Amino acid sequence: MHIPDGYLSPQTYVPLLGAFVSAAAVAVRKVRKDVSARNIPYLGMAAAFSFIIMMFNLPIPGGTTGHAVGSAVIAILFGPWAAMIAVSVALIIQALIFGDGGITAIGANCFNMAVFMPFIAYYTFKLFSGNPGSRKRVSFAAFFSGYVSLVLAAILTAVEFGIQPLIASSADGKALYCPYDLSIAIPAMALEHLLFFGIVEGIVTAIIVSYFLKNEPGLIFAFRKGVKNEIG
Amino acid sequence: MKLDKRQKKILFILLLLCLLTPLGILLPLFFNAGDAWGEWSAQTLKDLVGYVPEGLAKYSDVWKAPVADYTLNSGDSSAVHQSGFYIVSGLFGATVTYVVMLLISGLIVRNEK
Repeated sequence: MHIPDGYLSPQTYVPLLGAFVSAAAVAVRKVRKDVSARNIPYLGMAAAFSFIIMMFNLPIPGGTTGHAVGSAVIAILFGPWAAMIAVSVALIIQALIFGDGGITAIGANCFNMAVFMPFIAYYTFKLFSGNPGSRKRVSFAAFFSGYVSLVLAAILTAVEFGIQPLIASSADGKALYCPYDLSIAIPAMALEHLLFFGIVEGIVTAIIVSYFLKNEPGLIFAFRKGVKNEIG
Repeated sequence: MKLDKRQKKILFILLLLCLLTPLGILLPLFFNAGDAWGEWSAQTLKDLVGYVPEGLAKYSDVWKAPVADYTLNSGDSSAVHQSGFYIVSGLFGATVTYVVMLLISGLIVRNEK
């Protein structure tokens, strides 16, 4: 899901960079208000976890590869705004040092995996988990939150890929950037994440959230009282 | 910054995960799986659609990453060597990410409660 350089037109990556930077500016204020200094070590570990989990490329036999992102579990445990910062740090380091994801696409990749995904994950979890419900219910909500958020982030990425042929083609009709249109990009990205990678993100999310629910329930941001859990 | 027992344990698990990262290159190799969708190189894309889109050709090499593709030598075809490079990249990248995130959170977070 790491869009490389050259796949997005400037008409796409510039607005997405703007959206990401604006969101990050809000995130700084939100994290300052809502996150306790005691959790700083955990935030470091969360970012490192996201970095590492994205290195586990999983194969679809004879086809493509993909991976979990970790945004869902980080959003549930530390809140969507903290997740935004943690996953962005991992993504920016991946792009700068390891060439994983383009430099021009940093805004797009951060928007998809570090802004959009944790918010979908967080509110999906809140919707299904009770406050908190039984352990089983919380695990299911965590699984579903990881699953849905990764699938939707993949579809958003596919839309960014798929609109490129509409935005820019040369005089002879050849695409200037990503050559695949929506009718190819969306089914390809949606299916592999619906059938496989989304399930992996779901399982990872459920395991870790269950671990913290059992051992350190007070830490879980999504269940904390007194924190304003609204976007505004 | 002092880590409690659980945090040390989690850090240790992260370290173990770094040592397991070669699964992320060996499994795709074993199951004959290629690039992620939309992450093809210009050359691979040419094989797929018959041409390299003009803008893509212009932008695809805009950045030379110091440790591109998490390997220290992309020409080395030994799976064992590549696994080693992958672990080193994982340890290095995860450590940098951890430290940068600690610094950023330290600057942002003011709330001691």
